[in-house]
Amino acid sequence: MGFTLTYFSLIILVPLLALAFRSAGLGPASFWIAASDARVLGALRVSFVTALIAAAVNVVFGTLIAWVLVRYRFPGRRIFDAVIDLPFALPTAVAGIALTAIYAPNGTIGALFAPLGWRIAYTPAGIVIAMIFIGLPFVVRTIQPILEEVSHEVEEASATLGATRFQTITRVLLPSLTPAILTGFALAFARGVGEYGSIIFIAGNIPFVSEIAPLLIYIRLQEFNYVGATVIATVMLLISFALLFAINLIQAWSRRRYGYGN
Amino acid sequence: MDVRVTNVRKEFDRFPALHDVSLDIHSGELIALLGPSGSGKTTLLRLIAGLEMPTTGRIYFGDTDASEWTVQQRNIGFVFQHYALFRHMTILENVSFGLKVRPRSTRPPANEIRRRAMELLDLVQLSGLEKRYPNQLSGGQRQRVALARALAIEPAVLLLDEPFGALDAQVRRELRKWLREIHDRTGHTTVFVTHDQEEALELSDRLCVMSQGKVEQVGTPDTIYDQPSSPFVFGFIGESSHLPVNLNDGDIRFGSLSLGQAAGPLSAGPARLFFRPHDVDLVDPGTGLNGAIVASRRVGGTRRVELDLGVGQLVEIDVPFDQPFNQSGAISFRPRRWQLFPAAERGI
Repeated sequence: MGFTLTYFSLIILVPLLALAFRSAGLGPASFWIAASDARVLGALRVSFVTALIAAAVNVVFGTLIAWVLVRYRFPGRRIFDAVIDLPFALPTAVAGIALTAIYAPNGTIGALFAPLGWRIAYTPAGIVIAMIFIGLPFVVRTIQPILEEVSHEVEEASATLGATRFQTITRVLLPSLTPAILTGFALAFARGVGEYGSIIFIAGNIPFVSEIAPLLIYIRLQEFNYVGATVIATVMLLISFALLFAINLIQAWSRRRYGYGN
Repeated sequence: MDVRVTNVRKEFDRFPALHDVSLDIHSGELIALLGPSGSGKTTLLRLIAGLEMPTTGRIYFGDTDASEWTVQQRNIGFVFQHYALFRHMTILENVSFGLKVRPRSTRPPANEIRRRAMELLDLVQLSGLEKRYPNQLSGGQRQRVALARALAIEPAVLLLDEPFGALDAQVRRELRKWLREIHDRTGHTTVFVTHDQEEALELSDRLCVMSQGKVEQVGTPDTIYDQPSSPFVFGFIGESSHLPVNLNDGDIRFGSLSLGQAAGPLSAGPARLFFRPHDVDLVDPGTGLNGAIVASRRVGGTRRVELDLGVGQLVEIDVPFDQPFNQSGAISFRPRRWQLFPAAERGI
């Protein structure tokens, strides 16, 4: 207990408190001015909106992928299963460069969209794609174990009671996955908000359009504007904390209610 | 409703799980499908349910060919060994589910659904727990919820797959008696799968004993126990021992000892004689089968003794406790009732 708390404090609490103290020393008025700077708000908006979209996309396809991995046996399934984790391990800069190369107007996929006048790289769409890439394993790995626990018999029970396939999915399967889906969503979202390495390559980093908050922090630091950087960091920290707190509430709620969850 | 299974064969990946199985299930009866694991009993149950489709053969519900019907169309109640309750729903929602998913035209009004679900919870003695979630109940309670849920749709047939398999012995016995009561009260045609012969004998009107994807014998518990039609059934139901014997003009001989007259079609050549441990008479030494005592153990109210009849032939007989007994001695006995089967037939 004591060891855990010490460790926890050294690794997590102290840096965060330092951050809070720094910005608290600023005084509420100047904190507010720094936080409500148009470029800061723009960056925060870009970060959170794109992360939201990416997490939503990941939930849909992550659930499908988890479903296929759990329910189907096909050649190469284990390899496929292992590949899901790659975004965890890949240096994010590598991912960013690879994605940029593909989605740039002269890249493999970017070239397909260029004639339509759609640009993916160097726009918020590129940010979303990078976030989808790095967030996917969070969703898959959250849902997969729960889906494995939901037995096939439950679906059969639903069918014997007269439920159509659609009713079985919407009334039996999805509700029992909801806590896991929400958790996966929140994790992917939080990861997307905090992501830096892969995004800066593909985003184009145009202020107010495709400049993300973590990049703005870095820019402020390079300008030796430590106060500005701290303020953005604090705002992001507060939002992230609220999110993770929400995740914990969801987990506690699902555990209490259904006796499972993670 | 009568259910007729005719000449059904089922293969999984070319591996046959059922060979040419036929079975008539009478309306209102409680029938057990009994057999060791791998005998195909669960497959047969799932075929009746429509959870599997037969490779060949037909299944009739009443006079209608139901072979092509989907699970939903068959209107059956299915109870799974591990309950398969919906964990995100309360007990009441679980029981109401089958009625709630009906299309609008046949769905009862909400208050009617609720009334019926509460009635069923009362039937399975779970009144007052309707707001709980499945993980807040014990195993026995969950299985009763599962039964109430299956009964809610007023099924044509009630199918139970090892319904008590996951419960401990005490709860098993209680639920067994209780299932019989429910059956007698509601009168549903009920088929249940079990590998527990005691359960099958005690609970069912008729038994269907299965082995290796085939039906061995169908009959009342008395018929199955007293007149097993094959060495497998004799060996699987109840305790039994068997002896290699020789028939000579109807005379049954073990070595030089005559055991009696064969009444059946077998009259000559080698055969196997099956008897139950309690169907023996103890006789004076030298006038019956003589065996050295190998082991003895207590079984209920009697002593079960393992005897070596020589040449490695072991049999088990029951010896009452009031009988003088010498652990290292020998016992003479004669089977009182027996059954003969051809020697060549494979079985136990």
